[in-house]
Amino acid sequence: MSTATRRPRDTEFASGKGEVLLQASDVLMQFGGLTAVKDVNMTVHEGEIVGLIGPNGAGKTTFFNCLTGLYKPTSGEVRLAGEQIPPKPRKVVKAGMARTFQNIRLFGNMTALENVMVGTYCRTTSGVLTTVLRGPKFHREEKETRAKAQELLDFVGLGHTTELLARNLPYGDQRRLEVARALATDPKVVLLDEPTAGMNPQETQQASDLIFRIRDTGRAVVVIEHDMRFIFNLCDRVLCLVRGEVLVEGSPEQVQSDPRVIEAYIGTGDDDDFDDDDVQEGPA
Amino acid sequence: MNIPKITISPRPNVGKALLAGGAVLLIVAALLAWSYDSTILGDLSISGNPAPLQEFAIVMGVVGLIEAALVHRRLTSLSWWDTTSSARALAVGTLVYIVLIDYNIAYQSGGVINLDPGAWLALVGALVMVAGSFLLAPVKVTNQLKVHGANWLEIVVITATLAALLFMVAFILRGDDGGSVLAALAAGGTFGVLLFRGGFFTWLSVAAARHRPVIMLGALVVALLFPLTQNGTDANMSIAVDIAIFLCAALGLNIVVGLAGLLDLGYIAFLGTGAYVGAMMSSAASATIGWHPPFLVVALLGALTSAVLGLIIGSPTLRLSGDYLAIVTLAFGEIFHTAVNNMDGTNGPDLTHGPNGIAGIPDLNLFGFNFGSTHNLGSFTISNYSNYYILLVLVAALIITIFSRLNNSRIGRGWIAIREDERAAEAMGVNIFGLKILAFAGGAFLAGLAGTIQAHATPSVVPDNYTFQESSFLLAAVVLGGMGTVVGVALGATVLKLLPEKLRFIEDYRLLIFGLALVLMMRFRPEGLIASRRRQLEFHDEDENLADIVQEEHVDEQKANA
Ligand SMILES: Nc1ncnc2c1ncn2[C@@H]1O[C@H](COP(=O)(O)OP(=O)(O)OP(=O)(O)O)[C@@H](O)[C@H]1O
Ligand SMILES: [Mg+2]
Repeated sequence: MSTATRRPRDTEFASGKGEVLLQASDVLMQFGGLTAVKDVNMTVHEGEIVGLIGPNGAGKTTFFNCLTGLYKPTSGEVRLAGEQIPPKPRKVVKAGMARTFQNIRLFGNMTALENVMVGTYCRTTSGVLTTVLRGPKFHREEKETRAKAQELLDFVGLGHTTELLARNLPYGDQRRLEVARALATDPKVVLLDEPTAGMNPQETQQASDLIFRIRDTGRAVVVIEHDMRFIFNLCDRVLCLVRGEVLVEGSPEQVQSDPRVIEAYIGTGDDDDFDDDDVQEGPA
Repeated sequence: MNIPKITISPRPNVGKALLAGGAVLLIVAALLAWSYDSTILGDLSISGNPAPLQEFAIVMGVVGLIEAALVHRRLTSLSWWDTTSSARALAVGTLVYIVLIDYNIAYQSGGVINLDPGAWLALVGALVMVAGSFLLAPVKVTNQLKVHGANWLEIVVITATLAALLFMVAFILRGDDGGSVLAALAAGGTFGVLLFRGGFFTWLSVAAARHRPVIMLGALVVALLFPLTQNGTDANMSIAVDIAIFLCAALGLNIVVGLAGLLDLGYIAFLGTGAYVGAMMSSAASATIGWHPPFLVVALLGALTSAVLGLIIGSPTLRLSGDYLAIVTLAFGEIFHTAVNNMDGTNGPDLTHGPNGIAGIPDLNLFGFNFGSTHNLGSFTISNYSNYYILLVLVAALIITIFSRLNNSRIGRGWIAIREDERAAEAMGVNIFGLKILAFAGGAFLAGLAGTIQAHATPSVVPDNYTFQESSFLLAAVVLGGMGTVVGVALGATVLKLLPEKLRFIEDYRLLIFGLALVLMMRFRPEGLIASRRRQLEFHDEDENLADIVQEEHVDEQKANA
């Protein structure tokens, strides 16, 4: 039984001291009468790992959707590297923010490599004429894309799955493939929605390791997770969202010991996820 | 297509003997007279001098003997060939073939009583073959994908397959009565299913990928040589030109439907746009535009006009969900038809001469080469229509090249991603709208181009060539043949255009038959006759077995390419 341990930073990115990459201010998202996200503020710095926790239905995924342009927030603004993000998913990706999905959304009938290659779409430029005439640029770009995709597969530990169909991969590998696909877009900020859901302890350990390695490449990572041990070992800062609002924000230690957080979880009957014993000793 | 699994206990030796015996009977029968009337089905009345239809029966018999010899499977080099399944396909196909012919003879000569002994003997032979084939034991075959012959051998086999296909099409074209055509189709179908069941096509799909350039060139040469089989006559070549135009349009539609996954129900209007531009700017007496630039300019203008129309229709609609596009393109097709029907000067500009259309369009003249005159190539004569046919084959080759190059590229991957999961594709940075409009307007461009040639190849351009029915046939060709594959769509287009020409008696039931065929296809093989592997998966999402097969094939293919 391995327990993930906080890994020391081996890069120049000191905790939270990098430049501000992502800044969400007063993001409000309403669906009719329902307020799913209420005045949420979040700042993410270069090389930082931020955790987002909260009981089911707290609005975590909805908040991600607001950040990535899938939803247009009712009010508030999101800035990525100082620029206000355009409310179009495609343009958000281009601006440097990519995500994975809570319920895996791979292109099942494409191979692992092709899935990652799709991720490079917004960073490549071969147009119709180049493609049809097959000039030198086409071949160069195609070769580069392929090499980059393979490199990313190796990076997430899926180097052996290159030619396998995404749908045939085991669950844990599919989650990692989604990460590789997101990384292929060259993001400054990576948003991971429950990256270890359905994983066994060993895979979870590998996932922490992977996220640290992504951080070490200078990217910022925002992670939604219900697995508290995972989150508290991984993150530099944690936000706890309850009913659309930020209840507590602080270091893992602060959030972990905040009675309001514990209450929020127990109050919704979601006590499986948050259990003090669990946090300290690992799964029963 | 599935031959029912019969669960009688197998008796390989009896089965083998019956199969061989039936085959011999069939061959003997083919040498006898089948009918006293020499006018039926191209003269089956002379003993010892088999007519073409009887020659097919001989081939079936010989193949039956070969299958019987292979039953014990001692030949390791053929361990991939499924003798039992293919023998069953052969036997059942032969039976259908003989029954069709016998029925035809009886029908035309006034009763079963008029069947000569040969016809009866052939029927018995076929029945015995069926009985024998179903007594054979099921066999375990080795993976056809792993079969790797010498390069030259593979190329020879593939070329022979193409040549056989050409021969079949030429034969069907030559048939002048419905009965012969139907029988020839049954024979062709029998050989097709035989090879399919034996596992030949599985091998072919990978082998063809190994020798892609050679095959493409071979297919092009075969298509270009086709006019030589017609001895300079135009009767069939005019049908071939119709098919070629239809094929070009279907291939263009295949980019829209097969690659980008957009449902376009008014595609024929883009062909019509090109044709009308071509006609209005031709030097015909009834042309309505005074400017007559060289054809290449007209072709470009026709294609561009079409593409611009595509942009106008596509840009608002493609942002919405797929159903809207279907509705809008359906309406566009109708608007086009109504518009060209009415632009006759009464209620607007006289551009199209209304229902009369623009007639008397002169033949093409490209770089001094007149498409209207015949040319001699050695001892062969290349007729008027053959000229157009050759040009259209080249255009089709161009469209196929564009298709496959787009398919295997960043753009093609984007299209697949959109078909798989549009929202995820968008969230990964794929330009959904841009890629859709590219496919839509690009498809319109290619159809417009084909249209400008059509204007010259057909005597006149009239509104009724561009109705919804034509659009639906185009779509049917793509769907029946196999969305996203060139070979499938070529097959679909040829069958859909050729059959009504040759089987005049089905004319009245044409829509009924196609409707039925579509329904059956959707039920049993929604991915089309010849499906791209990926499309097959998309239609059988829950079929894990298929996914494994496809993956294995894919890995093999990658290895072969490496
Ligand atoms: N498109 C939408 N329309 C209406 N309501 C929505 C929509 N999307 C989300 N909601 C609502 O917003 C609330 C927050 O949902 P969300 O999926 O963001 O929760 P979550 O924190 O991600 O929960 P979980 O931990 O279960 O993933 C829920 O009540 C949900 O029903
Ligand atoms: Mg969620």
